[in-house]
Amino acid sequence: MTTILSIRDLRKSYADGFEALKGVSLDIEEGEILALLGPNGAGKTTLISTVCGITTPTSGSVTVGGYDIQTEFRAARKMIGLVPQEIALEPFEKVWNTVRFSRGLFGHGSDNARIEVILRKLSLWDKRRNAIKELSGGMKRRVLIAKALAHEPRVLFLDEPTAGVDVELRKDMWEIVAELKQAGVTIILTTHYIEEAEAIADRVGVIDKGELLLVKDKDTLMAQMGKKQIEVMLTEPVSTIPQSLSEHNLTLNGAGDALIYTYDTHAERTGITTLLNDVAQAGLVLRDVQTRQSSLEEIFVNLVSGEPA
Amino acid sequence: MNWSAIAAIYRFEMARFFRTLAQSFLSPVLSTSLYFVVFGTAIGSRIQEIEGVSYGAFIVPGLIMLSVVMLSISNASFGIYFPKFLGTIYELLSAPVNFIEIVIGYVGAAATKALFVGLVILATATFFVDIRIEHPFAMAAFLILSCLSFSLLGFIVGIWAGNFEQMSLVPQLVVTPLIFLGGTFYSISMLPPLWQTITLFNPVVYLISGFRWSFYGIADVPIFWSLLAILAFTGICLAIIGWIFKTGWRIRS
Repeated sequence: MTTILSIRDLRKSYADGFEALKGVSLDIEEGEILALLGPNGAGKTTLISTVCGITTPTSGSVTVGGYDIQTEFRAARKMIGLVPQEIALEPFEKVWNTVRFSRGLFGHGSDNARIEVILRKLSLWDKRRNAIKELSGGMKRRVLIAKALAHEPRVLFLDEPTAGVDVELRKDMWEIVAELKQAGVTIILTTHYIEEAEAIADRVGVIDKGELLLVKDKDTLMAQMGKKQIEVMLTEPVSTIPQSLSEHNLTLNGAGDALIYTYDTHAERTGITTLLNDVAQAGLVLRDVQTRQSSLEEIFVNLVSGEPA
Repeated sequence: MNWSAIAAIYRFEMARFFRTLAQSFLSPVLSTSLYFVVFGTAIGSRIQEIEGVSYGAFIVPGLIMLSVVMLSISNASFGIYFPKFLGTIYELLSAPVNFIEIVIGYVGAAATKALFVGLVILATATFFVDIRIEHPFAMAAFLILSCLSFSLLGFIVGIWAGNFEQMSLVPQLVVTPLIFLGGTFYSISMLPPLWQTITLFNPVVYLISGFRWSFYGIADVPIFWSLLAILAFTGICLAIIGWIFKTGWRIRS
């Protein structure tokens, strides 16, 4: 794999002393989808804005495809497409013209066939002659993506692309992202929706208070930090956990009809077999057994709050 | 140079102009006609010729300048302020363009629109008065330079402005008085000596004087000073814009 985006010790401080980025370093491989998770004000948008040239960094370096974003900004920026968080479009302009404008702005000659392909892919072809103000919110978001794709970027930043959109459109967006990945586009997306990262990302980065807390392969992250729970449901509720089961460190649910056992999937012994034997020996009759794995959301919340998952 | 970007910005800005074509042309034609009715006919009939030129014809260069200057400022300030207001400036800031290309695109389009309107007013004026242009090349040069320099000023205003109210502040409170007191409707030789001296501190005097000279060969100040003034004004505006983009003032955090 080739590193397409390299961020080194990137810092951004403002005049009032606020540090939005505190030395972020990150390498992104060509063709991958990286999801950046973080609470509001974590520095996600600042990081994207700095890489894209909208915000000037205080120190540190960023290269895109080997080009420095400051000294070789033309070559670097040509490779980047940005879909901003807010819907920012000229309301009176037509869809076709606004996409063509973006292509020209990034130094590409007119290519109607290319724009047609993009508009068709994003289901905007029928709306190409419509003024932006006539479009729905979801359609406007598609126009933003079309604009970002108009100059054929190799790296695409999606800053909360599905914030405030309905479930159907969100699924459409995921499909679009998957298609772009197929086409070899590297995608960095920020999101509040953990399920989004879980569904489409190859790697997950967690950022909080201007610091990158971790960047890991999504599956590895979930396997390493995720814990599993087994819920042993009983036919008859109990008021307390029997003494003979005390060594299993169980908790009882509110209704008293389920014992909850948390275990580490990576431990040599999960202790499930012993637990189930001991439950039977304690005279409890099992109604059902369910397992549950911590979601990325729980991992994320625990990381940000500094507690183990 | 990223010529595609310049062309894209220019085309995008001109599209705004053509979307409101009727308004863009009808408005200056109507206001110019009103000026001729009020100043040229009603007042002009009571004023004798000024340096051999009828009053109606005398005010034509000033009227053109009045519209050209105001439109240059409003076109350019709106052109760059609107993306700031809408948030679409993110695209400009993240594009592989430098400040020269951005300025050429926006200012070029704003100046073109003002130039169109200036020519429309000139054509309208011919229906009311006899106009002669003694120095057509100088006239074209003054007109184009005025469009460009005040579009540059408008660009600065658009970047500086934090809201729509501030955008109209400079044209209404600074530029309009300077134009009206800059010899648009009179020759400064008609003023008392003290006011003549004070008026010489008004940069618009040099602009209108030079422009009027290109029509009728009469000027309030030597043509050299008019040319120098407009070039100096253009240079100052360019220097300010260069500084704005270098520091990112009001556009880049």
